[in-house]
Amino acid sequence: MEQATDSGPDCEGGSSRRQFIRSLAAISAGLTVAAPLGRAAIPEESIPQTAPPNSGSGLGLVRINLKVNGNTRRLFIDPRVTLLDALRDRLELTGTKKGCDRGTCGACTVHLDGRRVLSCLTLAVMAKEREVTTIEGLAKGDELHPVQAAFIECDGFQCGYCTPGQIMSAVACINEGHSGSEREIREFMSGNLCRCGAYPNIVDAIKIAAAKMKGEVS
Amino acid sequence: MRPFTYEVPSSIQEATSRGGADAAFIAGGTTIVDLMKLEVMNPSRLVDVNPLPMLGIQMREDGLRIGALEKMSDVAEHPEVVANYPVISEALLQSASAQIRNMASIGGNLLQRTRCGYFRDVFTPCNKREPGTGCSAIDGENRMHAILGTSSSCIATHPSDLAVALVALDASIYIQNGAEERVMNLDDFYLVPGETPDHENQLRPGELITAVRVPRLLWARRSTYLKIRDRESYEFALTSAALALDLNGDTIRDVRIAVGGVGTKPWNLPEVRQALAGKPLKPETFAAAAKLAVNGANPLRHNGFKVDLVQRTIVRALMNLGGLA
Ligand SMILES: Cc1cc2nc3c(=O)[nH]c(=O)nc-3n(C[C@H](O)[C@H](O)[C@H](O)COP(=O)(O)OP(=O)(O)OC[C@H]3O[C@@H](n4cnc5c(N)ncnc54)[C@H](O)[C@@H]3O)c2cc1C
Ligand code: SF4
Ligand code: FES
Ligand code: FES
Repeated sequence: MEQATDSGPDCEGGSSRRQFIRSLAAISAGLTVAAPLGRAAIPEESIPQTAPPNSGSGLGLVRINLKVNGNTRRLFIDPRVTLLDALRDRLELTGTKKGCDRGTCGACTVHLDGRRVLSCLTLAVMAKEREVTTIEGLAKGDELHPVQAAFIECDGFQCGYCTPGQIMSAVACINEGHSGSEREIREFMSGNLCRCGAYPNIVDAIKIAAAKMKGEVS
Repeated sequence: MRPFTYEVPSSIQEATSRGGADAAFIAGGTTIVDLMKLEVMNPSRLVDVNPLPMLGIQMREDGLRIGALEKMSDVAEHPEVVANYPVISEALLQSASAQIRNMASIGGNLLQRTRCGYFRDVFTPCNKREPGTGCSAIDGENRMHAILGTSSSCIATHPSDLAVALVALDASIYIQNGAEERVMNLDDFYLVPGETPDHENQLRPGELITAVRVPRLLWARRSTYLKIRDRESYEFALTSAALALDLNGDTIRDVRIAVGGVGTKPWNLPEVRQALAGKPLKPETFAAAAKLAVNGANPLRHNGFKVDLVQRTIVRALMNLGGLA
């Protein structure tokens, strides 16, 4: 399981492949969804309901404010809607991925009040008034977050499907102080599965990003 | 997922009065949202306990007190827990993933449901999910299932790692019912399936677990959790051992031990404890004592390996903690 690739500070990788991947990565990194981000919140009248309100037994929709990436969004939702579905289907923030929808893969990882959680097991109503950060909220304008940049630099992905979850998890992993060694990174990133098996490059990317983030702080 | 109403109580008392057979509490949601999606649990009211005052991790005169809403990750990294009860910290850090530990509460962890695949599949018979329909695992796929405390009705393991550590440490839980509070030993709280596998513990509808209390045990500073699994991380136990060791030179003064992955509830091992107390710290002693752990074991078609594996797990934990590994 030890990585075979270069683990030096600039992860040797085929640079033409890197060029090619860069555009893909931008998608994973959420840059291309900047447009919906800037858009006003979807008016609640236009929001589809997953189930009709059942007034007979007092069931029905709940009005909530979701604070996503610094914007407050008003939603009128069935309490069954998960944070993952609210983000993807209601707020058009499709950077967060649905893998298993059962808490086993980590593709749906977002930050809730700064801590990494699984949005597929979080009910949207329970995230109300809390700070949600998704992959779309990580970059500062055109400037990628160091973890995003490191994933591109190290080819920390192949198909890219697990990548938004990996990146959100990695940012938290570093902030928690769990990136001290390769072993520690692997242990604390074990909740993010990658079917393409990009693990060695993901670990490299986290090491590089951690060093950079540490440098920036001190 | 079936429709439900979402309710937020403003006090513990109100929460217990809102509970009931048609309702369920939700804390971190990592068990219940999953099982509601699968329609294994179908409450028509979901009562969110998160705003309730059930927080706090305190080391007191009589031991450690952990509020039921404390997150697995926060308890695992709490300095008092790490210093005084490494077995708790290690059991938590070897549970689930960093994301799930950030979400999941201590109370919810103790009440998580079995991972038996048939229990989670509403299209197969299961006595725990639907009493009287039969147990699909006994003659089915049972590699992950229990060898101890089983019955002809159910052989499902209790999946919590934390519970194994807490049972070893003789922990208790605080249960609130209206204005009434009772304290119950965690080992007694869990029930073996017998004829009623749907009845997993002594919590009555509407009752809340508000806190966990771990008795003061100075020598629990020498304790550990060893978990054996199919992959190195993010996996439930095949077998596990929670162990605390009190040494006097090369002699074992006392131990606390419980095992996981093998029992229909966290499996306390007082016989092994007695067999080790007063004995020399030697591998031969360990193996002889570990044999007692599988007294009465009832292995089935796919899980016979656990009989041997759990003994080795105990021996290895003793070697590690006794500095012989
Ligand atoms: C992919 C995956 C892997 C996992 N791996 C492990 C593992 O390796 N080891 C391990 O131990 N666990 C593991 N778990 C289980 C996880 O630890 C539990 O799901 C979690 O601890 C439950 O806590 P919660 O707060 O999310 O509970 P919830 O889902 O909110 O509640 C669980 C149950 O407890 C009830 N409840 C909650 N709080 C209270 C209270 N205070 N009083 C009364 N009733 C209450 C709820 O009504 C519900 O029935 C895993 C889970 C997943 C999804
Ligand atoms: S082992 Fe228990 S939970 Fe699993 S199918 Fe049998 S009765 Fe159901
Ligand atoms: S989609 Fe949430 S963990 Fe897989
Ligand atoms: S890059 Fe394909 S799943 Fe990870």
